[in-house]
Amino acid sequence: MRRLSWFNAVSLTLGFAFLYIPMLILIVYSFNGGKLVTVWAGFSTKWYGELFRNEAFLDAALNTLKVALLSSTFATVLGTMAAYTIVRGGRFFGRTLFSGMIYAPLVMPEVITGLSLLLLFIAIGLDRSIITIVLAHTTFSMCYVSVVVSSRLVTFDRSLEEAALDLGSTPFEAFRLVTLPIIAPAVISGWLLAFTLSLDDLVIASFTAGPSSTTLPIKIFSAVRLGVSPEINALSTILISIVAVGVITTSLMSKRAIMRRQKEEQEAI
Amino acid sequence: MRRFGLISVPYLWLLALFLVPFLIVLKISLSDIELAIPPYTPTLDLSRGWEGFTDWASQLDLENFWFLAEDSLYWKAYLSSLKIAIVSTIMTLIVGYPIAYGMTRAPDEWRPTLMMLVILPFWTSFLIRVYAWKAILSQEGLLNQLLMGIGVIGEPLTILNTNTAVYIGIVYTYLPFMVLPIYAALERLDESLLEAAEDLGCSRFTAFWLVTFPMSKQGIIAGSFLVFIPAMGEFVIPALLGGSKTLMIGKVLWEEFFSNRDWPVASAVAVILLLLLIIPIVLFQRNEEKQREAER
Amino acid sequence: MADAAAQQVFAPWNAPEAKPIIQFRNVTKRFGDFTAIDDLTLDIHEKEFFSLLGPSGCGKTTMMRMLAGFETPTEGTILLDGQDIAPVPPNKRAVNMMFQSYALFPHLSVWDNIAFGLRREGLDKDRIGNRVEEMLRLVQLGKFAQRKPHQISGGQRQRVALARSLAKAPKLLLLDEPLGALDKKLRQETQFELMDIQETTGTTFVIVTHDQEEAMTVSSRVAVMDHGKIVQVDTPDRIYEEPNSVYVADFLGDVNIIRGKASRKDMGADTDHVHIHFAEGQSPLWAATKRDLAEGTEVALAIRPEKVTITRDRPTDRNNAIRGKVHDIAYLGNISTYHVELPGGQIIKAQTANTRRVARRSFTWEDEVWLSFTDTAGAVLVD
Repeated sequence: MRRLSWFNAVSLTLGFAFLYIPMLILIVYSFNGGKLVTVWAGFSTKWYGELFRNEAFLDAALNTLKVALLSSTFATVLGTMAAYTIVRGGRFFGRTLFSGMIYAPLVMPEVITGLSLLLLFIAIGLDRSIITIVLAHTTFSMCYVSVVVSSRLVTFDRSLEEAALDLGSTPFEAFRLVTLPIIAPAVISGWLLAFTLSLDDLVIASFTAGPSSTTLPIKIFSAVRLGVSPEINALSTILISIVAVGVITTSLMSKRAIMRRQKEEQEAI
Repeated sequence: MRRFGLISVPYLWLLALFLVPFLIVLKISLSDIELAIPPYTPTLDLSRGWEGFTDWASQLDLENFWFLAEDSLYWKAYLSSLKIAIVSTIMTLIVGYPIAYGMTRAPDEWRPTLMMLVILPFWTSFLIRVYAWKAILSQEGLLNQLLMGIGVIGEPLTILNTNTAVYIGIVYTYLPFMVLPIYAALERLDESLLEAAEDLGCSRFTAFWLVTFPMSKQGIIAGSFLVFIPAMGEFVIPALLGGSKTLMIGKVLWEEFFSNRDWPVASAVAVILLLLLIIPIVLFQRNEEKQREAER
Repeated sequence: MADAAAQQVFAPWNAPEAKPIIQFRNVTKRFGDFTAIDDLTLDIHEKEFFSLLGPSGCGKTTMMRMLAGFETPTEGTILLDGQDIAPVPPNKRAVNMMFQSYALFPHLSVWDNIAFGLRREGLDKDRIGNRVEEMLRLVQLGKFAQRKPHQISGGQRQRVALARSLAKAPKLLLLDEPLGALDKKLRQETQFELMDIQETTGTTFVIVTHDQEEAMTVSSRVAVMDHGKIVQVDTPDRIYEEPNSVYVADFLGDVNIIRGKASRKDMGADTDHVHIHFAEGQSPLWAATKRDLAEGTEVALAIRPEKVTITRDRPTDRNNAIRGKVHDIAYLGNISTYHVELPGGQIIKAQTANTRRVARRSFTWEDEVWLSFTDTAGAVLVD
């Protein structure tokens, strides 16, 4: 077994401390009784209570969830189609343009994406609402989905699809019965990625949201722009816990699945 | 026919919601501001046919770009964004490399956990992670309390609302983007190469310099672009952690659009920002392709 | 002996009235500038176990993929039962394929994998069930029906793949390197299993392989391929004994190639033999051939090492005897191969069966020995 050297142990400890201490402080101070976030005034859960009584936050949270669910679902469908086309499409007219459009949003500054989409919506006379946010989020997150799914498709053994065709499937049946079940984990993680990107997005939503369709990040941003608020700490704690529970569970589950599989493979020999 | 459908849906979607919007930005950047709705002129009136088009086209000009060139605020903002992006990319590399290296040297059974710990912040809200530093860096914040408590400083430092806070924010939020590609490159490194180098007379340290570091170059390049490109157009970090003196182009664009309502100038700012980013974006894609080919 | 008799009975390729199940007619396949199959014409008959043998890149896999429908010929036609199959998509062809990687669906159980093709036909549940059970019995995997592919061994996976491709009772089964992923011992056992199954089901098998031993064992006929062309098609024994080119002789098993010039001027009226002058100062070799060879034609005598006898003294009962020195000995257990260096530097291999213990081996390094073989031992080839 390898032993961690002194240098590596220190760099890992410092690195992870840097990554996690700010979030831990945030969480700890969400249970602070005082109004000031920097002075500890005893344990309290009152800010959580305040948060759940704040209608504006609850409305924004509901909007955010709606947008995230819709846009991540559309993005998953479109992104999977795009990935399939890129990996399997062979040559077609405008392929370079297409793959350029798939990769560009990944590195595009959000301010540009947001501005350009807003100008489009205005040009075609589409009022800003939840729908415009969904359209905007679908567009940039489908690209992330496509990257995740195509990296899985690249390693996908094509003879599986050929075998399905050989056994009498139509191309669509081959996709539905063979390809899709096998790439499902990648499609699901693509969906999750699209979902969190949408939940998280401030800049694009700010450009494309109407006055009645404020999302949670917009709300948080306007609240924290001027200073620190314990209510936001409470909200952040909730969001961080959801993500942490989700990520830890999935990684434990996939670890278990891998171990079970390895055991079964060993038993088979 | 089915294949055509499969290609055309995402293709048309991206054309309509990615490419066309850019053309609109480009067009508006050539227009003039006007107190109207929409707040720019000329507007394309296709009901007048070809004449309407030529009329519209003849009114487009580069005036906004001249304005950007003349007003020192803008090019200072571009230069300052460039400087902040470069410096913070280098800082992220310095912080991230030892983490990635330490991860590859850690015992095998730790690695999935370490990997998860790097990815977890990536899934956590960006906004919240930036916000978390506000409480730490402020005048009466925890960092100053700590430093004064142990007697390193007598007076609280002003960090929040300065460029220093922006650097810390960028390094913090983009760290996973640097660590992951470097880790991926280092993980592929065959341990026997290091053993071979040591066998041939290298010390641990020279083996690192001559073998490990060059072989992680692809990861370093990928990570640096992944930090540099979004940092260039960053808005949230300078808005929350930077001060009024922090000039970053993302912030300028935002203010031009939302506060000054000058859409043509905001569009021109976007066009220039995009032109500045095209070179690193193309270089990044090349690097990715090279890596993909090498893996084949 | 019984085998030889059986093979003589089953020889539809010699029967002029027999109608082939597959006909390649001047088929060419190009991928861009690369010609994978070059103007190829070939007939394969019903119930044959036909091997396509060649090194990688010779076009054998392309031929198979054209039969399955994953590639279409650039030129020429392929007929299945007299019908042009070009317009038929793979899912409508009465042809099934066993993939090199087996291509078992990892998310489906063994049972569901085998039932996959039957379900696509829309058969009712009972018939599917019966057929799957029948297939499981055929490949002796009844116990493993509910396992997933990763829960069974490599050999079992191979049998599942076979059962799945046979389940629809195809007219023609294509097997792409079917035993390539198995270790040597398992491969030999499976070869016989494969032959039994082929005989039981009466299906026409076309197998792609680069393993000459496998091709020789299982096939009724072998087609040796090189650079998109078929070099020779024949039964395994004739391919081995009577190769038509140095390429074929060299590809199948071990062979000595002795190059020289043909001459009949000292033969008189004997047109069944030829002299081969292969080296200065060596008497010419005698070889039996009916070929019409002009005086001085460059020829190659291909002779298998097991047909070369190694002795201490010059044998008197045969025309061909060459003196040499033992250069190397490869001891393989059942046989030994002697590499004997001729005065001109050429190495000739001679094989002897080790019926005695090694300790009592008659020759050792640097021994002066005689190599000899009969007139009919080698094949005279002109390239």
